[in-house]
Amino acid sequence: MDFAPHTHDDDRAMLDTVGLDALSDLFEAIDPSLQLTRPLDVPPALDEVELLDHMARLAGRSLGPAELVCFAGGGSYDHHLPPVVKALAGRAEFATSYTPYQPELSQGVLQAIYEFQTLVCELYGMEVANASLYDGANALVEAVTLSMRTTKRSRVLVGASVHPHYVQVLRTYTSGLDLDVDIVPFGSDGVVDWSKVDATDAAAVACAYPNFFGRLEDLGTASSVAHDAGALSIAVTDPSAMGVLASPGALGADVAVGEGQGLGNPKSYGGPYVGLFATHLDHVRQVPGRIVGETVDADDRRAYVLTLQAREQHIRRAKATSNVCTNQTLMAIFASVYLGWLGPQGLQRLGEVCIRRTAFAAERLSEIPGCEIAFKGPHFKEIVLRIPGDARELERSLAERGFLAGPSLGRWWPELGDCLLVAVTERRTEEAIVGLAQALEKELAG
Amino acid sequence: MTKTQGSLERSAGTRNDGAGFPLVFELSRKGRRAWSLPEAKVDAPGLDELVPERFRRSEPPALPEISERDLVRHYTRLSQRNWAIDVGAYPLGSCSMKYNPKIAEEVAAMPGFAALHPLAPDDAVQGALELLGTLQEALCEATGMDAITMQPAAGAQGELTGLLIMRAFHEAKGDARRRVIIPDSAHGTNPASVSLAGYEAVEVRSDERGLVDVEALLDVLDENVAGLMLTNPNTLGLFERDIVRIATAVHEVGGLLYYDGANFNSIVGVVRPGDMGFDIVHLNLHKTFATPHGGGGPGSGPLAVSERLARFLPAPVLVYDKGAERWGWDHDRPDSIGRIHSFHGNFGINVRAYAYLRSLGPEGLRRVAERAVLNANYLRALIADAWPTKYPGICMHEFVASAKPLKQHGVRAMDVAKRLIDFGYHPPTVYFPLVVEEALMVEPTETESKETIDGLADALNQIAREAKEHPELLHDAPVTTPVRRPDEARAARRLTVRWTPD
Repeated sequence: MDFAPHTHDDDRAMLDTVGLDALSDLFEAIDPSLQLTRPLDVPPALDEVELLDHMARLAGRSLGPAELVCFAGGGSYDHHLPPVVKALAGRAEFATSYTPYQPELSQGVLQAIYEFQTLVCELYGMEVANASLYDGANALVEAVTLSMRTTKRSRVLVGASVHPHYVQVLRTYTSGLDLDVDIVPFGSDGVVDWSKVDATDAAAVACAYPNFFGRLEDLGTASSVAHDAGALSIAVTDPSAMGVLASPGALGADVAVGEGQGLGNPKSYGGPYVGLFATHLDHVRQVPGRIVGETVDADDRRAYVLTLQAREQHIRRAKATSNVCTNQTLMAIFASVYLGWLGPQGLQRLGEVCIRRTAFAAERLSEIPGCEIAFKGPHFKEIVLRIPGDARELERSLAERGFLAGPSLGRWWPELGDCLLVAVTERRTEEAIVGLAQALEKELAG
Repeated sequence: MTKTQGSLERSAGTRNDGAGFPLVFELSRKGRRAWSLPEAKVDAPGLDELVPERFRRSEPPALPEISERDLVRHYTRLSQRNWAIDVGAYPLGSCSMKYNPKIAEEVAAMPGFAALHPLAPDDAVQGALELLGTLQEALCEATGMDAITMQPAAGAQGELTGLLIMRAFHEAKGDARRRVIIPDSAHGTNPASVSLAGYEAVEVRSDERGLVDVEALLDVLDENVAGLMLTNPNTLGLFERDIVRIATAVHEVGGLLYYDGANFNSIVGVVRPGDMGFDIVHLNLHKTFATPHGGGGPGSGPLAVSERLARFLPAPVLVYDKGAERWGWDHDRPDSIGRIHSFHGNFGINVRAYAYLRSLGPEGLRRVAERAVLNANYLRALIADAWPTKYPGICMHEFVASAKPLKQHGVRAMDVAKRLIDFGYHPPTVYFPLVVEEALMVEPTETESKETIDGLADALNQIAREAKEHPELLHDAPVTTPVRRPDEARAARRLTVRWTPD
């Protein structure tokens, strides 16, 4: 099945108009010796009935939510997905539209982005946000390159408690640039002691708040240390925490970035997600990607347009603030509808439930003989559980018992090979937490 | 005016006080709510005890407080103020705005895909990995490449990935090269990605055929050139006829050839970048493989390479253990450029692309290229008298017309675009590529019917007449839309990029 509507008669009439005999004549510019003389060796076409069956079989070969209770976190979270979010953000008028280059035909997406920008600013305590980036890692990269352009410096201090994948992506992205990525280690409590950090010559200091281990790290001190050295303070912040935790802006951050998946987007094996990026207005001309601004139309009606486009690749080319073009607008609209559904009180409730259930889980899991919470202190929705033995093995065997708990941390920090990162969202009930604890007890008892 | 093909809701929700369509924040009423979430219901201390004062938020963010019904009407009405493929034709050049099959949406939402956690053990996600593996193999076959990564979330991220692989390739030989060559007709992401990769972008001009000027290329080719980035067919909709000569010349100085897959839709199943001599290829699955573009994203920009570059691909790499009949991620890749995405790329988009691929099969894929090119040439023929193009001959999936002759009537390309809206069509891409003055870049795609293209041609022909006889119709356009001619200069001058409470 293909989706071209051409009948045989259409083909004939159109070829006649063009003045060609056959469809193959359309490719006369391509040297015949280069052209394929065989069909592509790809799987054969399926009809719609076969395709649905095939996809259902493939989907069934993974362990879905019916088989595994999700306590996995590490940058992708099993938050509640209100049905209204997909019903609205998934509307084809949004989903099947292009980048809003023609504002008269794009007020829907443009206004939705403008609202998204406002929502992200509200969450993070900032003045300007963009129309989204690819994911949390990409947003951190863009914050760092912004700080390099702004300060004309080529060193960045990144807390070791930032998501390890984000740090890897930062290194990859900037490997062709003159940038030193210096990792600041965390202490035995799982947070960086920023008061002991010297940020001299740094373009930026990047602090995760809450950090990869769910710990509330001292962003305020990180910001002070950065500012004392003339560097920018970058916060990597989970937006779901913003109902109860002070905003990055209030704690002195100059740029706040984060992963917006938890705001109404499915986990979808890692994407499509949405990178959040917000800063203060004095940096607006260095912001990457698309920004929507308010204006008026020819009849003095309020209207929205893409603005400050001279920053962007299609105008500035080699000197653009970023190479980003296609972004994650649809996921941004998902986030906007979700935040509209939550409202301020819903966001507070979400934060409170996450924090209190996580505290309960910490208490219950550390009662298991041999187990302890590795990093003590205030947490948001994740904890690091130290277990006797190899956490990677345990991660697998817990999956067999119906629980997705992890990731195990040895893959990034060999010294934490006996540690599991456990996430507790508002979807995990007391019963589920107790169930995980009992499965763990059984597993450890052998 | 001919029969209108489609139009947007102009009046829905517009307030009578002249302020225009309300923002969601303006619908907010204190105490109203849509949310429904559990209480904590666990034996744990309260927030005051669990969160130190210095981390506490005093005021929650000013999110809107509205009912679910208001939320539904707001976003439904917003959506009605937006053009989409499902509303009407969208002939934006180089964007391949084709129909996005509904079955792809349905399958991507299956819990066995949509609810998978990216850090789940490989054993728990075998179906997802099998899908990715099959898709990877098919995309390698379609491009004539040997290995691929699905990590890049969009074309530009694929470009950066490819350029970093180019850099790693040269550096592995102790060969520090500094420059990457790009034609003047290239997309802006090409030079932007080159800069980000730490290279200097060198522009090579197009010749009178609209193709890479091979002599000019030979002039700038030397041992300092890391590679050449090429979109083929290029943004003028022309196939680079000298591609083999170009590839040979670049390879002779030790450079690599990068294929920008933005226009792959026109050649899929007909000719493969690998067979033309390209070493690195990115695809835009949101173009050729029909995944919805979402108002600006998400996309998916897989990056494929030839055998000699495979070791540099981003880690982890998907591998199949035949003995164990098991898919898994190989993280042990010492020569890898490193990770480029938080997780595995835009998996949900790749599921849709896979469903599309399986729907079409090999014959269907070739049919895509044939009808895409047929549609472009048919439209071009229908409007040839009123809209002559600079370059003769058969074009590929798109062509670039020029509004330059209308300048004498005081009409610009943007006026033509706005007028076309009144006829019920989304305008083509305007003012790009930069090598054509007053450019109108038109790409109908293969999923538009003969009738739709006939209507589009009628509209364009009528607009050409109007430009001469009634230019004011073009200057006043559009008159059928919720807003018209928003003041972009004012938006930049009086910068308002977020709503603020009064």
